[in-house]
Amino acid sequence: MKNNNIRFIQGNEACVEGAIYAGIDFFAGYPITPSTEILEHLAARLPQKGGKFIQMEDEIASMGAIIGASLTGKKVMTATSGPGFSLKQEALGYACMAEIPCVIANVQRGGPSTGNPTHVSQGDVNQARWGTHGDHSIIALTASNHQDVFKITVDAFNMAETYRTPVVLLLDETIGHMREKLVIPEPGELPVVERLRTSVKGGVDYHPYLPRDDGRLPMSDFGGEHRYNVTGLFHDMWGFPNNNPNVVGGLLRHLVDKIENNVNDICMYKEYWLDDAEYILISYGSSARSAIHLAKNRRARGIKIGVLELQTLWPFPTEMIREKCAGAKAVIVVEMNMGQVVTQVKNAVDNPNSVFLANKISGELISPEDIKSLLRMIQGKGV
Amino acid sequence: MKNKKFDFKDYIRQRFFPHIWCPGCGHGIVLSSLLRAVHELGLNKNEIVITSGIGCSSRISGYVDFHSLHTIHGRALSFATGVKLSKPDLKAIVPMGDGDALAIGGNHFIHAARRNIDITAIVMNNRIYGMTGGQFSPLSGCGKQATTAPYSTIDREFDVVDLAKSAGATFVARSTVFHANECKDIIKKGINHKGFSVVEILTQCPTYYGRKNKEGDAVQMMENYKTNTVKIGSKKLEKNPGLIQRGIFVEKNDVPEYCEAYDRIIETAMKGQA
Amino acid sequence: MVKDKIIQHLIEKEWCKGCGICVHFCPKQVLELDSNGKVEAVRPEDCIACMLCELRCPDLAIQIIENQEKEYEKQ
Repeated sequence: MKNNNIRFIQGNEACVEGAIYAGIDFFAGYPITPSTEILEHLAARLPQKGGKFIQMEDEIASMGAIIGASLTGKKVMTATSGPGFSLKQEALGYACMAEIPCVIANVQRGGPSTGNPTHVSQGDVNQARWGTHGDHSIIALTASNHQDVFKITVDAFNMAETYRTPVVLLLDETIGHMREKLVIPEPGELPVVERLRTSVKGGVDYHPYLPRDDGRLPMSDFGGEHRYNVTGLFHDMWGFPNNNPNVVGGLLRHLVDKIENNVNDICMYKEYWLDDAEYILISYGSSARSAIHLAKNRRARGIKIGVLELQTLWPFPTEMIREKCAGAKAVIVVEMNMGQVVTQVKNAVDNPNSVFLANKISGELISPEDIKSLLRMIQGKGV
Repeated sequence: MKNKKFDFKDYIRQRFFPHIWCPGCGHGIVLSSLLRAVHELGLNKNEIVITSGIGCSSRISGYVDFHSLHTIHGRALSFATGVKLSKPDLKAIVPMGDGDALAIGGNHFIHAARRNIDITAIVMNNRIYGMTGGQFSPLSGCGKQATTAPYSTIDREFDVVDLAKSAGATFVARSTVFHANECKDIIKKGINHKGFSVVEILTQCPTYYGRKNKEGDAVQMMENYKTNTVKIGSKKLEKNPGLIQRGIFVEKNDVPEYCEAYDRIIETAMKGQA
Repeated sequence: MVKDKIIQHLIEKEWCKGCGICVHFCPKQVLELDSNGKVEAVRPEDCIACMLCELRCPDLAIQIIENQEKEYEKQ
């Protein structure tokens, strides 16, 4: 019997399936390698369920369009890579400031600039956090296999709606283009969060930017009874521009706190053999596949090694990492950049001198062998 | 509210008045004309989304009691495209300055026109960047004075009407703030038009453009709109071809509107599923 | 019963920035700027309710109210 829920597809398609499961209504994008398949598949899938797809004139416009669509009450997403992610940064900051739920998938390729379009990299971790100007907080999620790509895509939509914020999906070229099995969960198997809408009746003063006691901000769709203002300027609880020092300071604090204070709820990770691990590999995305492979292999030889796979990169799960690494002799961060997560890990652990970087920046996927050479050096066994 | 006598106060957020625009700035007249147009069309305030970018003109969105979306510089049309396509029942109005619409936002302008999405773009053309203090814009033209052209401009200007026409806008018109009634009528037609409408309104910036270019005060600049413009095809053009023409240049109703065209895509895609 | 048209100039002095556009374009010289540089209707009886001041006021500070409700009962 054919099971339509089992698919053999690219990671980019797994992301599309996750978005559909989460209830995406609107997608705007622009072709760019290696994320284009997300655009292509949603062009076909969205109108089948009455949703809207638009190919915009550029990356900036795509970001603008999803923000506009989100305000009419739709679940929205865009997808891009390297240069396109750079172009989206101003509007991404707008979505942070105006608290617009939206999902931005960045299938990472080598950079800077045009870089290495068809090869893998994880060089945009810090850009996801700090790419737009000014203080703010952001959520960025990642995954190392298609089942998890599906799940974190659903999570990304859920978090965007829960926290009224842009959520970045940091995939990478290997995950995006690799084909593997995906089992699509049945409806109801994974939680799907719907937008929280205000219960304030028309004609009654509605405050789109006044958080409830639980920190959430119920929204009202454009076209509804509440006519309010949305701006990228610092604004009061009605959304009107305001540069009163208390308003400015209070809003910035709110934008950061609503995410950083919920780090435990946002923080997702997987762990392998950590209970007795003397050596801990911390990794994420496609690099984590090599880390897990190596750990499994070394375990067979009696080495007490485990893997902590991060799925939430931002807000950075500092406390969790400190706790998990407390008993380790050495922590090796495996990533494909010049050391972006390793800096955060060094800040997190009690003994930063025990943190090492195993990286690869050549556009090739980091291999178990690459990690093994470093591990042997740390173990004092030579290369 | 169609039958009620027009009253500004029914359409504005009074607590933000007096507005931030300089004495004599034409932008207030554009605002006034827009509000009258909305009133005469009998539109419900809940069905209007006004989306703007950055600049003096863009402040208009904060003053009107509609759904208002004050976005980033040059990108208002892309945000409005998302609003309109995701909820086509809404009326999308996008007031923009000349720099906002045609320098940083030039790409969005031509592509919105090409798609023929039902948005009314109002280009408030004062030929200068006012908010930042008087730099030349892509509509200033040659031989003008600006803070970034202390020896006069060498940049040629766009003709908004020609540009909108070539980009495929299906409604293209021009008026001035001197011709406030005509301006209102043209905005009305632009809003009513199903498709991408471009309404260029010449509006004075006495503070920067007028002063720098010795064009006099607001009153004098408005007098100039009277003397330097004519209705489309006026006989005066024979003697003086340099006069700026006002009126409706394009009004096409045979081009598919983008949201409607997409609805047919949905029908096709859904059939394939069945 | 006779209807008499009364024309009122509703002026928001707080909003008026004194640009003088209304004063200049008024065909009947009804308006002037006062000592504070704000517009006032000094000859309201001359007003023909052409609305040019209201239409061209950049500050939304003038409204012309044509009141037709004043009615005289003829005995």
